[in-house]
Amino acid sequence: MALTTYVEAIRQGIWEEMEKDERVFVLGEDVGIYGGAFKVTAGMLERFGEWRIVDTPISESGIVGAAIGAALMGMRPVAEMQFADFISCAFDQITNFAAKCRYRWGAGVPIVVRGPSGGGVHGGPFHSQNPEMYYVHTPGLKVVCPSTAYDAKGLIKAAIRDPDPVIYFEHKFLYRRVKEELPSDDFVVPIGKAAIRRAGTDITVVTYGAMVYIALEAAKELEKEGIDLEVIDLRSLLPFDKEAVLDSVRKTNKVILLHEDTRIGGFAGELAAVISEEAFEYLDGPIRRITAPDTPVPYSPPLEEFFLPKVSDVVRVARELYAY
Amino acid sequence: MSLRTILAQYMARKTGATRGKDGNMHMGDLSKNLIAFVSMLGDNVPVAAGIGLSMKMRGQDRVALCFFGDGATSRGDWHEGINMASVWKVPVVFICNNNQYAYSTPLERQMAVENVADRAEAYGLPGEIVDGNDILAVWDCATRAIERARAGHGPTLIECKTFRMTGHSAHDDAGYVPPELFAFWEERDPINRFERFLTERGLITQPGIDDLQRRINHEIDEAIQIAEKDPFPEPEDCMKDVYYEGPNS
Repeated sequence: MALTTYVEAIRQGIWEEMEKDERVFVLGEDVGIYGGAFKVTAGMLERFGEWRIVDTPISESGIVGAAIGAALMGMRPVAEMQFADFISCAFDQITNFAAKCRYRWGAGVPIVVRGPSGGGVHGGPFHSQNPEMYYVHTPGLKVVCPSTAYDAKGLIKAAIRDPDPVIYFEHKFLYRRVKEELPSDDFVVPIGKAAIRRAGTDITVVTYGAMVYIALEAAKELEKEGIDLEVIDLRSLLPFDKEAVLDSVRKTNKVILLHEDTRIGGFAGELAAVISEEAFEYLDGPIRRITAPDTPVPYSPPLEEFFLPKVSDVVRVARELYAY
Repeated sequence: MSLRTILAQYMARKTGATRGKDGNMHMGDLSKNLIAFVSMLGDNVPVAAGIGLSMKMRGQDRVALCFFGDGATSRGDWHEGINMASVWKVPVVFICNNNQYAYSTPLERQMAVENVADRAEAYGLPGEIVDGNDILAVWDCATRAIERARAGHGPTLIECKTFRMTGHSAHDDAGYVPPELFAFWEERDPINRFERFLTERGLITQPGIDDLQRRINHEIDEAIQIAEKDPFPEPEDCMKDVYYEGPNS
């Protein structure tokens, strides 16, 4: 059976939902004839026509606003941000309009705002960001960050079917690097459920997105010296699977929090607080964070290499924590 | 929306349109096709474009009306939304109540063009100027724009020239507005003008107006009394409806 890439999995997920539910449509910049900057919507214009694959002006705030309007009328829009970095232009519509409608006047806004995030492709400061925390800090939104092709497909389907606004960050480094055999049946990955990518006994690594692979590679290396990592892939940040994290920490008693996002205000801070509040007695060492530094994402390869958390960082911190 | 619902909204009661979650005119009701807007003026413009888009996609014989003031037309979202609506030729009528002040900022500090309607040309949609204090002129203008939208010719921007006869809100005495402007516009009060129009044509008599006024006042007083007795929300309601909680929430 053929392997499906992460990017193809997203495309399949949207495609299948559009076949099944005529309320679902896509809008965004260059999503039509061009098929999207990363080809997530390739072939969709031909299949679904220009009123379900809607090319828009360069207006991110307008795109999300229009998606909200259509959603209030009963549609299920999937809005593409050409790069997740550009979602900042739509911040107001997402955080003030979409996130607060249900709370204020009981009107659900079932939109998906999706876009490619993350570094490792020398995209520079405006094509590499990990903007998830702005939205994690907004009650009313859901935020997901898939790391596998299976999750990419299962989560985009879950996001489209969800009655609330979902921000879907797809990691562009994984688009064509990650592939797997996907089941042919209709499946979803529930929002808010983590996955244990590697079971282990010594140290828990909680991570998400492209950093899952950094953690797994580090685990392989550490295995040789008898350090056994458990790798938890959060998959969803809002809501996040608190029990999965706490269960693992209660088992291993040591934890590393790893993300590609910058440090201050990153998700690791929230995780550290929750672990310390609810599993303090189980800890046999300090909660350790491995994150990008607090800088913009730089362009030049040596700079970006420096910026991104590496396998060697995880190996070093795991050794320190193991010896603690 | 009933008067009681509106007043209870202002009074932060559980019976208000947002059950105490939001205040003043920030209210909507999907069952009545009323979309609640937010404090960030102009955000409703792209939302209206999307509402029109969904109507067009589904081939519905419907039109969206989108209201805002002169100040909102300075927001980027306003321009993004008007542009998208015009590019897509969606059935939306954009209606600007140009009351010449955005809080304390007069029109000439808001825009370098003379009319809000002038902005329409840049986006390729008709911009119509109407005497906003002439009820029938507004009706005619809106009817034309709605017919145009229904016929598939796309959105229209209507600028209703009017004046804000109070401050921005209760705390604002509008001391920055030249008094002669109030006097000028007082004479053009749309309700008085319409009363004159109706009485001159014998469509209503002064006693008829007085009776109507009495009935309206009574209705308002009654709604105020009911809303004042309405309960506040339970404190724990704070936690409700952040997310979907099932079909009956």
